[in-house]
Amino acid sequence: MRRFFSVAAWFLVVAVGVGSFAVLALSRGERVSAAWLVTAALCFYTVAYRFYSRFIATKIFALDANRRTPAERLNDGRDFVPTNRWVVFGHHFAAIAGPGPLVGPTLAAQFGFLPGALWIVVGVALGGAVQDFVILAASVRRNGKSLGQMAKDEIGTVAGFTALIAVLGIMVVLIAVLALIVVNALGESPWGIVTVGLTIPIALLMGMYMRWLRPHKVLEATLLGLVLLVGALYAGRAVAENPVLAPMFTLSRATLAWSIMIYGFAASVLPVWLLLAPRDYLSAFVKIGVVAALALGVILVLPPLEMPAVTRFVDGTGPVFAGKVFPFCFITIACGAISGFHALIASGTTPKLLERETDARFIGYGAMLTESMVATLALIAACVLTPGTYFAINAPAAAIGLTPESAAVAIANWGFTLDPEAFKALTASVGETKLLSRTGGAPSLAVGMAHLFSNVLGGTTALGLWYHFAIMFEALFILTTLDAGTRVGRFMLQDLLKHVYEPLGRVSWYPAVVLSSGLFVSAWGYFLYQGVVDPLGGINSLWPLFGIANQLLATVALCVGTTIIIKMGKARYAWVTLLPLVWLVIITMTAGVTKIFSDDPKLGFLSHARQMQDAIASGMLPPNVNSAADAARLVVNDRLDAGVAGFFLVAVVIILGASALEWLAVTSGRKVARTTEIPFEPRAIAVGD
Amino acid sequence: MTWASEVAQRLVHASATLHRIIGAPDYEGYVQHLNVCHPDDTPMSKDEFVRQRLEERYSRPGARCC
Repeated sequence: MRRFFSVAAWFLVVAVGVGSFAVLALSRGERVSAAWLVTAALCFYTVAYRFYSRFIATKIFALDANRRTPAERLNDGRDFVPTNRWVVFGHHFAAIAGPGPLVGPTLAAQFGFLPGALWIVVGVALGGAVQDFVILAASVRRNGKSLGQMAKDEIGTVAGFTALIAVLGIMVVLIAVLALIVVNALGESPWGIVTVGLTIPIALLMGMYMRWLRPHKVLEATLLGLVLLVGALYAGRAVAENPVLAPMFTLSRATLAWSIMIYGFAASVLPVWLLLAPRDYLSAFVKIGVVAALALGVILVLPPLEMPAVTRFVDGTGPVFAGKVFPFCFITIACGAISGFHALIASGTTPKLLERETDARFIGYGAMLTESMVATLALIAACVLTPGTYFAINAPAAAIGLTPESAAVAIANWGFTLDPEAFKALTASVGETKLLSRTGGAPSLAVGMAHLFSNVLGGTTALGLWYHFAIMFEALFILTTLDAGTRVGRFMLQDLLKHVYEPLGRVSWYPAVVLSSGLFVSAWGYFLYQGVVDPLGGINSLWPLFGIANQLLATVALCVGTTIIIKMGKARYAWVTLLPLVWLVIITMTAGVTKIFSDDPKLGFLSHARQMQDAIASGMLPPNVNSAADAARLVVNDRLDAGVAGFFLVAVVIILGASALEWLAVTSGRKVARTTEIPFEPRAIAVGD
Repeated sequence: MTWASEVAQRLVHASATLHRIIGAPDYEGYVQHLNVCHPDDTPMSKDEFVRQRLEERYSRPGARCC
């Protein structure tokens, strides 16, 4: 009887989820409430967690709560520490959640809410959460080995080396595109610059507080930092409203780009206690707080979705970024559906903390479902704006012109409406002088969130504060990724450079530190600057490159996962990782080849380069390109982007090829399936202690 | 146990949990571990431990994501 009720209850959850999706999909012309999207996602996540993650836990890994974990076996009180599952969940979630799941869905909203929503929900259940869980479980069974090490051990040296170079390349593109988002959000915005700029001295102050004033009082310093952040918000407003100060803090995008490069360099060479660590503590709290606030805002307001389910831009003519819904929706939304970067976390700090290996399901699969929910909420926040407002903020000037009036005309041509006066009023009420063509996703998400939050607290008068609050935390997330990423990139580069000249590998030799930091910052700085001067806005070419790179890393992770499953003698279940792997290879290959070779100059790097060359030859430059020298630089950048995309595709082929050879060798019996797991040892302390 | 001391204990516990979630170095845990498992080793000083943990944390991928 109990079993009957349980089955009936789960059928009900499935029915509610499917029903909610049906309401969303069948809405034509009328607005639907965000409640349907929240319900659909929650039902789907619950079912996926209850059934699919359990299937993976029991059938593939046979996770055993009595099996010793690396945290217990290698307990050193430092890296390896058995930790309560909820604490590890919080730590893991704070590590995987960043600006990615907020920005991707916002950009993909140009296709309407349905394509993005379906990919986020289905992609995470069958792809992203599976990847995180499988890599975490595999790493736990191998004393917390890293992804690169597992790729080398399981697939071979070639795959391991390719993975290493790929990670470095991905970090360059990732940091460049994130920095570009910050530049676009803060350019010509004194309020934003002051508020975000103040977070740097606040972090320094916290660092010094924890060092000298009250040594190691982390929570005190963080609390102080949080209070000062609120102060920074008001200080920004005071500056923006001051006629003398406002112009002084109005920086051009190019100046900002240089400032961010200097910041990244400083973060890489300064001691970590001074800047990186305090900023990270602050960011972790803000992250968890903002996610909770966003969830609360959506649930309390339950706003109607103004964006249609599907827009005409699925045909590839969208202004936010070029390309059809297939494959570009699937690489635009990486984090939130499947993100290769997570595999580095799932094989980094997290596996060394698990108290029981059964916790891998809750932490690996569960935390990724939570991140996916964040992506769904971000999609909702983007879709509560009217399509006219959304496109006015996210379309580059090349598509909508420089005034709200010209934007209104362009947007009317696309079949949406924008009231120029209302848009000017909105711009003023968020405390900005320019909201038009603020590409990159952060500003439109901030407007969406400010809309939600001000509905709950403060009304329209608080819109400006909420908008800059949202900009501040997005920039905080991004700068945390940027500074930590630059430092890690420097260490990885030093690790490679030591093969050229041994002393370059010494992490405390100053010339080596400065040289490798400078090299790494120049690498991402180049792409950032290229994006800043790009007349199409830069996001258009950089975000797809980032998406392709991130999905390449997911390909590596799923290849490692598949190899491990096959070598465990569970080849009959290898479809669990093969299914998302095949899909990823299809989308990365299609997207990569399209970005390189498409004949449409808006889409293909090479055809855009040819178009520019023709323009230079004929002397008829497009209106948004100032000189022949600028055009020549665009040609070089297009070819470079094509080269980077080509490199990522070759890396996919190498890793896939090497893995396939290994799978064939094992399944045909030519090679003995030998697992590299640490053999079973029982836990010293019994379950339930 | 008095009411006040229970509250104090809970606060200590909550602060330790928050430290672990944000990934701050856990010196007390380290000293406790050494006392139990390697009673002959002299623990590092708190300053040394914290500095070493932070250096370690920001020198390899796997602690931060997009």
